[in-house]
Amino acid sequence: MEKFLSGDEAFAEGIRLACPDVISAYPITPQTIVVEKLSEMVEDGSLDAEFIHVESEHSALSCAMGASAAGVRAFTATSSQGLLYMAECLYYASGGRFPIVMMNANRSTALPWNIYGDQRDSLSQLDSGWIQAYAENAQESLDLALMSYYIAEHKTVSTPFMVNLDGFILTHTYEQVDVPTPEQAEKFLPPYETENKLDLNNPKNMAFSAGPDTNYIFKYKEHTAVRRAVPVIQEAERKFAEIFGRQYSGLIDAYQAEDADYILITLGSIAGLCREMTDKLRADGIKAGVVRIRYMRPFPAEEITKAVSRAKAVAVLEKDISFGNEGTVFTNICSALHGAGLTVPAYNFIGGLGGRNISHQDIIEIFEKIQSGNAGRVNFIGIKEGENS
Amino acid sequence: MIEILWLGRGGQGAFTAAKILGAAYASKPDCHALAFPSFGPERRGAPVRAFTKLDSKPILDRSETEHADYIIILDETLYSENLQKLLKPDGKILINTRSAKSGQIIPFDGDSLAKELKLPVVNTVMMGALAGISGVVSVENLHDAIAHYMPEKIREKNKSAVQKASQEASAL
Repeated sequence: MEKFLSGDEAFAEGIRLACPDVISAYPITPQTIVVEKLSEMVEDGSLDAEFIHVESEHSALSCAMGASAAGVRAFTATSSQGLLYMAECLYYASGGRFPIVMMNANRSTALPWNIYGDQRDSLSQLDSGWIQAYAENAQESLDLALMSYYIAEHKTVSTPFMVNLDGFILTHTYEQVDVPTPEQAEKFLPPYETENKLDLNNPKNMAFSAGPDTNYIFKYKEHTAVRRAVPVIQEAERKFAEIFGRQYSGLIDAYQAEDADYILITLGSIAGLCREMTDKLRADGIKAGVVRIRYMRPFPAEEITKAVSRAKAVAVLEKDISFGNEGTVFTNICSALHGAGLTVPAYNFIGGLGGRNISHQDIIEIFEKIQSGNAGRVNFIGIKEGENS
Repeated sequence: MIEILWLGRGGQGAFTAAKILGAAYASKPDCHALAFPSFGPERRGAPVRAFTKLDSKPILDRSETEHADYIIILDETLYSENLQKLLKPDGKILINTRSAKSGQIIPFDGDSLAKELKLPVVNTVMMGALAGISGVVSVENLHDAIAHYMPEKIREKNKSAVQKASQEASAL
């Protein structure tokens, strides 16, 4: 059924279809209304879940871990400082191999205090052991809510999954969304079954200490589990397409990249505008293309290098900066290019921090700059005269 | 693409109108819409903006509208000459006022109609007026969207508001 929903509402619809047993959340800013919607669904009986109000984001994820350790499906959501406050627990959840799904609304981090969209919150947590996906629109948000459980709970993966939605631009924007039926969802998503749980009939030690001799092997296994998500993502998308008729493209989404001379790599909701500007440039005879990163972990090194292997120059546009270095997405991409022996010139463009609008002209200028080579390694877009003094 | 910029004050329902207009348009075959508020904290009485974008294909551009086809002003104290710069060449400003206007500015006495219908705010009145002057959506489309996205107890009043405002505005 088609509905006119915000990204938050679409995600809540997806979670309702995934039928989690426990939802734990701290509802105060910078939290977005996704958990408010879910609490309404629990209240009106359309979602049979235990909704647990907790006193902080740290507790929200701890509570979700407790539920997961009891062998049930758990959900939580957060944003910005809330994600940072629960950072300690992120590592517990991934190390404990609890396949919790969490929605993160990408919002800037303090100070100065700001609740607008940028991706510095989640990108600062790339090393926490979670799978990280970035949605472009409300439909993909809903679909990722369903697919995330399929992938996270897969026996070969068993890793928590963070779905990222750009704050405001996606979470608060309304658009058409096809909401599948519970029957379709049930056909897609098997019930959660695990041996990684507290079980009276099969008691085991969980959340234990491990010394230097074995700890290392646990970390190695965490790494291989995240890498094993790659074929599971493909499997999930194949099955998803069969049931819902929407086909996704794995770790990246390439547009007009095949014969492109100039490729812009980005992630999240800005990709739509980049594709539109690509069409405009192509009409003027400039062979432009776009690669949208859908997953930051597992990182699509191979997929990206394949997509840009014939390009003359590459731009990486991200709403992030690792102060004193460059954007973290760019660092990851440069590592991939180096690994593949590609020497294509690559330039980093930082934009949209603290929610600043990225305009049509900003995108056109990025392409112009990489075409002329008139760009530095790291470029802040749209800084007006006098702002940089 | 048709772009509509809504100007109001917190509590006047500018975003609700932006959303219902989007839902009404998107319910038509091969029609797509985006609706979003001016992002940020909401405060009663403070100036707020909202956006509706309408097109025959999926809308990829989520950036704020730079040039609108229609600017709808719910509170006339928010009008300033600078708004003309935010209009497309053929764009129109629809303003809730009792004073006469000319050129690209279309006056509509939304307050009187809202008072007559005992509505505390003019958002759906001005939405109806937009339907009347532009024809981007029909009254039926708006009635359907109100039925889906407004609480039951205020639906009938708002449906009447849309109906009457559209009728009055189409005569302008």
